[in-house]
Parts: sequence; structure tokens; C-alpha cells
Amino acid sequence: MIDSILLWLTAILTAPFFSAVILKVKAFFAGKKGPPLLINYYTLIKLLKKGSVYSTSTTVMFQLGPVVSCASALTVLLFLPIAGHSPVFSFNGDVILILYLMGLGRFFTIAAAMDTASPFEGMGAAREAYFPIICEAAMFMILIFFYRMTGELSLSAYFAGTGSFALWQLAGAPLLFIIIAFFIILLTENSRVPVDDPATHLELTMIHEVMVLDHSGPDFALIELGSFCKLFFYAAITTQLMLPFDTGIAGLGLAVFFAGLIIVYMVVGAVESAIARYRMDKVPQFVLISFALAFFATIITLELIT
Amino acid sequence: MKPFLEITNGKKVSRDTIPHLDVDTFCDNALHIVQNGGKVVHFFAYEDLGTTKFLAVLRTDVLLAAGCDAPESYPSLTRTCEPFHLFEREIAEQFGILPQGHPWLKMVRYHENMRQMPDVFNNDYTKDIPGNYEYYQVDGDEIHEVAVGPVHAGVIEPGHFRFNCIGERVLHLEIQLGYQHRGVETLLLKAAAKRLPILAENIAGDTTIGHGLCMAQAVEALASLQVDDGAKIIRTIALELERLANHIGDLGALCMDVAFQVPANYFGRIRGDFLNLSLLLCGNRFGKGLVRPGGVRFSLEDDVRKTLDERIRELKPQVEHVLALIFGASTVRARFEGCGRVSKKDADHLGLVGFAGRASGLAYDARRCFPTEHYPHLTIGENAKSSGDVYDRARVRYDEVLQSIDIIQSLIDKPVDTQTVEGIMPVLPPSSFVVTVNEGWRGEVSHALLTDEAGGILRYKVKDPSFHNWNGLAMALRDTGISDFPLNNKSFNLSYCGFDL
Repeated sequence: MIDSILLWLTAILTAPFFSAVILKVKAFFAGKKGPPLLINYYTLIKLLKKGSVYSTSTTVMFQLGPVVSCASALTVLLFLPIAGHSPVFSFNGDVILILYLMGLGRFFTIAAAMDTASPFEGMGAAREAYFPIICEAAMFMILIFFYRMTGELSLSAYFAGTGSFALWQLAGAPLLFIIIAFFIILLTENSRVPVDDPATHLELTMIHEVMVLDHSGPDFALIELGSFCKLFFYAAITTQLMLPFDTGIAGLGLAVFFAGLIIVYMVVGAVESAIARYRMDKVPQFVLISFALAFFATIITLELIT
Repeated sequence: MKPFLEITNGKKVSRDTIPHLDVDTFCDNALHIVQNGGKVVHFFAYEDLGTTKFLAVLRTDVLLAAGCDAPESYPSLTRTCEPFHLFEREIAEQFGILPQGHPWLKMVRYHENMRQMPDVFNNDYTKDIPGNYEYYQVDGDEIHEVAVGPVHAGVIEPGHFRFNCIGERVLHLEIQLGYQHRGVETLLLKAAAKRLPILAENIAGDTTIGHGLCMAQAVEALASLQVDDGAKIIRTIALELERLANHIGDLGALCMDVAFQVPANYFGRIRGDFLNLSLLLCGNRFGKGLVRPGGVRFSLEDDVRKTLDERIRELKPQVEHVLALIFGASTVRARFEGCGRVSKKDADHLGLVGFAGRASGLAYDARRCFPTEHYPHLTIGENAKSSGDVYDRARVRYDEVLQSIDIIQSLIDKPVDTQTVEGIMPVLPPSSFVVTVNEGWRGEVSHALLTDEAGGILRYKVKDPSFHNWNGLAMALRDTGISDFPLNNKSFNLSYCGFDL
């Protein structure tokens, strides 16, 4: 239990570092030095030192948004098995709770954005509400796949201990599809290129960034921390799908896990450097690919099981 | 006598020879010319000995000019002929002359008129907030309006954009400018003569050479100053360097807008390299202080010429490589193609100029049609494209980047000899008129200069290509996703200060 809590704290504390890896990789491709790897910590400290500014036309909803979205991201991490270790909490059906905890965070972010009555933030909120709907379909398809494989509905059953290794033995080929599908969901849910552009300054094209334009200081720090943790969650699952090695040696498992994480973050950075962002109305097609892949993977496993 | 007089770009004519028609003949003939494929270069009013007069400069294959006494109100030409649209609004604002039945009579830059006449728009200019004007509106439950600016998120110039949208789709975009109005045209009348070239260079910072050339050529034509061949070559090089730096910067920015960061960063750097070539030429990255009436202030010494040649040789393969990277990427083409289409018909109606016009199939290029400086000795290829989308606007720039590099390389391979000038303003002859047209990087830049009986400047009219093209951007946005606005905006990259004057 203690080591689970320690791992949970490690996840929260290292999440900002890993997000900076993306910036570093992008800078490498652009031929630049890029910001230091600790940039996100500096930003968080800077933001926490500031005061928050609230528009007189906003209500308490606006102030709740950052708190709830950050809290939901931190709670979700409690259920995440890290490097094969059991998570802090786990029960049958926790995946459903995790999905909707993240939904709760999103709901409050959207509600806070709508609360400002800014036309930009309204547009961002509409986009933010739309794309995850498709993601959710794909997510459930992946869950169906996992359920068919393991007969369980909890993350620890899939990834803790020898869970993910067992998955590879059962259905290695379809699992490749699942990894790609999950990576697409990672890009979409975390506002990465080619779905969204976290680096743009153009409000009209933003999805996630535009919704948090009016937040400042500690509120914005919470939002940033929440999104680092969210990305960590998705990247950790992708890593454990890719590297299902349970060595039995305590330190090695962790080392492999963190090396895998860095690879996932680097791939995100490489994707962001290699392709342009899709046109807004083409994004649903891209996200639907993840659904299609998960769907095929599940169909293939129907054959395997029976 | 033909109603409109044929004039030559950059050649002085006596004001007495410009046909002075009656209002109806003037309007009828102007309409006739523009309806038959002509375009408006200038249409403005000026005051001469207590009477207000109109003067129009139109272009077909040649430049045509005629004037008339300005009435207090007259039937709007825009009703039948769209290219007059902004010109009539400008006249109404500057001189309080009402174009009756103008379909969208709004102020252009929010200032009092020059004659102290009652304001056509009923604006109260003592108030801080611009007052009496409506925006184009679309009604309906599902319609939402998005207002952007005049203060923007980036460090850019101010302008107000009003979108009428249904969901993500833009039905109409209205652009309101004027926030940078500095009174350039009145300032040019009042300023000391020696400041004129400096003022011209600062009309729009990114078109320093374009506007500087127009001013210099106008003064040279009036005062019959001869410019030697070496100076003409240096001016041509400077204009092409300006084109290169801007096109390359914009192509990079277009990539940035679609989150394709690698070429964006390379072109950001290469733009700086080309600006530094201007620095090498005259000590200023934007070419300020180079062009002066009578010639140029800096000669092109052999060692500078060699360095220029070496650097361009070094940059050319880099530029070609990044261009290949941009236009070879399918994700970039997916964003550019079919986005923000302006049909040839619409472009023709709006009178688009420059690369935006060429992207829509209007081949007009002042370097080819009304060549000045060294351009008569150069062959400028036609870059006209057909689809008028972001892709073609980028593609025209692609062509022009390579053309400009070739032009510069062909000009610097032999020694250039010129007698530098200090740019002392000559005495201008009385009652004269001149129009100068140059192809700046954005398109047709034109200045018109009228002198009075004593040789003082009676009217100095400035026109930046942005004056024609802002409505092209509004047209491009119709039926386009609102998230593609920044991309379209950058594909035109119009000047706010060049428009606002």
C-alpha cells in the first residue's frame, strides 16, 4: 500500500517533467535548443506565486472548473497501476468510474468556460464536448476487448503484476491495434497535434487552450497540473501495453516503465513535428479510426476465444 | 478627344491636359471602362482653388485618367460596379461627398472630413468610441456572432473582425479597420519636403521599398530627375529582397498556423537571413533609407556584391529544400487545398491585386504590365493559378520566391556602378500630375501626386494593395470553417497600417 501511494506521488511529481520531453523533442526537430526539461515546474511555481483574477461577470462555477478538473485527474491516477504495481484503489468496475471521473473534470472545465460567456470559449467548449464523445465510443470498444480477454473490469486486472503480459500471450496481434487506437485517443484527449495545437496563439483554432484563456495564477496552475497528470495517465497505460515485462526485480521494472514512458512522450513529440494539424471537420474521422481499430481487434478476439 | 486620357506610369503630365468632364460623362465613362475589364487604380477627391474635384485613374492595358468637379452627392458607382466600393466610402469620409444608393456606406477610418462638411455618417468625432455604424447581421436562432479584435492575442496590428457563423461555418465576415489611422495623406501635405521620402517609407513597414519607390519615382518624374542604370538595378534588387523576406516569412507562418512546426521554424530563420541581405545593402533590415528621389543612397560595392552573391547561393538550396518539405507534405496540402476559395469572378469584381489576385486567376503583375526601374529588361513570368484557395496563394508565393532569387542572381553577377544621392528634394513644377505604380510584394502599390500653381503639393494620394484585398479575405471566409480564419488571414497577410494610412 505504501509503495502504491509513493508511486502515485511520483506520478504526480514527474508528470510535468515528461510533458517537457515533448517540448524538447519538438525543439530538436525544429533545430532549436528548446526550453529546459524542468520548464513546467518553473511555470507551475510562477503561476502559484501569482494571484487569480476573476471577471465580475463570472460565478462560482468559473472558480470550480480548475479545482474539479485537477482533482479528477489526480483521483484517476489513484487507480492507475504503475510499473506492474497495484494501484492505491482498485475494484471491479473501476474503469467505468475512471472514464466518468475524467468526464466530470471535462464537464466542469466546459461549464467554467461557458460561464465566462466569451464567444471564443463557447466555441472551444463545443469542440471539447464533441470530440471526446467519439473517443468515448472507442474507449468502450477497448474496454469490451479487455473484458473479453480477462473477464474483469478493473485496470489492475489488466496491468498489475503479469496482467499485461498475459494479454500479449492471449492476443498479441489485436493488441497492436489496441495500442494504436489508444495512442489516437491519447492525442485527442490531451489536445495534441494533429487534433489540437497546444502551441498556437490563435483563439479561433484552439480547442482546449481557448477554454482556459480566462483562468490565471493558481487556477491556471491547477489546470496545467491536471493536464500533465491526464497525459501521464494515458501515456502510462500505453507504456504498459507496449512493455508488458514483469522482471520480478524491483528496480528494473520501474526503470523499464519510465524508459517506456519517455519513449511514448517522444513519439508524441515526433508526431507533432512530422505532421500538420487536421482540419477541424476532418478530426472526427481521425478519431473514428481508433474506434474502428478497437472494433476490429475485438472481432478478431471473438475468433480466438471460442 | 477621348473622355479619358491615356497616361504612362511614372511620366509627368500637365494638369491642364487631364480631361475635365462633367459629372455624368465622367461617371458613365468610368463605369464603361471598369465594366469592360478595367480596374480602379485611384479614385479620389481633392480641393483646388476652393472647388472640390474628382480624379480617377483606371487601368486596362494602359493607365487612363480623367477628372470632374465633385458634386455634393451623386449616384453611387458601386451599385453597378463593385471595384469602386471602398474608394467611394473613402471619398465620402475624406470630403463629405455622398454616393447616393451606396450599398454599404460606412466610414473607412473614422476621422473628420477635410472640408469641415457635415459628416456623411453622423459620427461624433469628439467621442472616444466610434459611433454610428452597423454591422452586417444575420438573423436566426442558430446564428452566433463572434467578434475578434481590435486587440489581438499576438503582437499584431489592430483590426476588428465580425463573424456571423452557423456552428463552425462562417456565413459572413465583416472587417472594420481604421484603428491605425495616422493621417498620412494630410501629413504628406504639411511635412517639410526633406521628410517626404522618410514618411513614404513608413506608410507600411513591410512595404518600405514599395512605397519608397513610388514616392521617389513620382518626384523624379515631376522634377525630371534622371536615375542612372546602376541605381535602377539596386532598387530592383531591394524590391525583390523585400518580396523574398515577406513571402518566406508568410510561408513559414502558414505552416505555423497548421501546426507544421519544422518548416515554420526554418523559414522564420531564413526570413531573417534575407532581411539581413537588405541590411548588407543599406544598413537597414527593411531597406529604410535606401531609395531617395534621384537614385539610391548606397552604392553596391564589389565586395558587398560578392557577399550578397555568396549568401544567396548558400540560401537558395535551403529555401528549395524547405519549400519541398512544405508542398510535399500531404497533411499540409490537406489543410491548404480547397480552403478559402475566391473564384476568379469574385476576385475580378473585388479588383484583387498582387499574389492574391494571381491565385484567383488574374494574371496582372505591375512588374510586367507597367514596368519601372530595371523591370523592362527582365522577363516576369505569369504566375496565375486557377482555384483561388490558400494552396494557390501559397503556390504563387512559391513561384515568386524562386523567381525573385533568379532575378537577384541575374542582377548581381556583373558590377553595378551608380552615383549615390543624398536625397535632397528638388523643386517641383507647377500644375503637374503623376501616377506611379509598382508591384510591391503584396501587389500594386500606387501613389498619385498633384501640384498646385506654385509647385507645392496639392494632393498626395497613397494606395496600398491591401486597400483592394481586404474584401478578398472577407470573401474567402464565406462558407469556410471559422477555425480556418487564421490560415486564410495569413495567406493574404494584408497590411493594417497601409490601409488605415
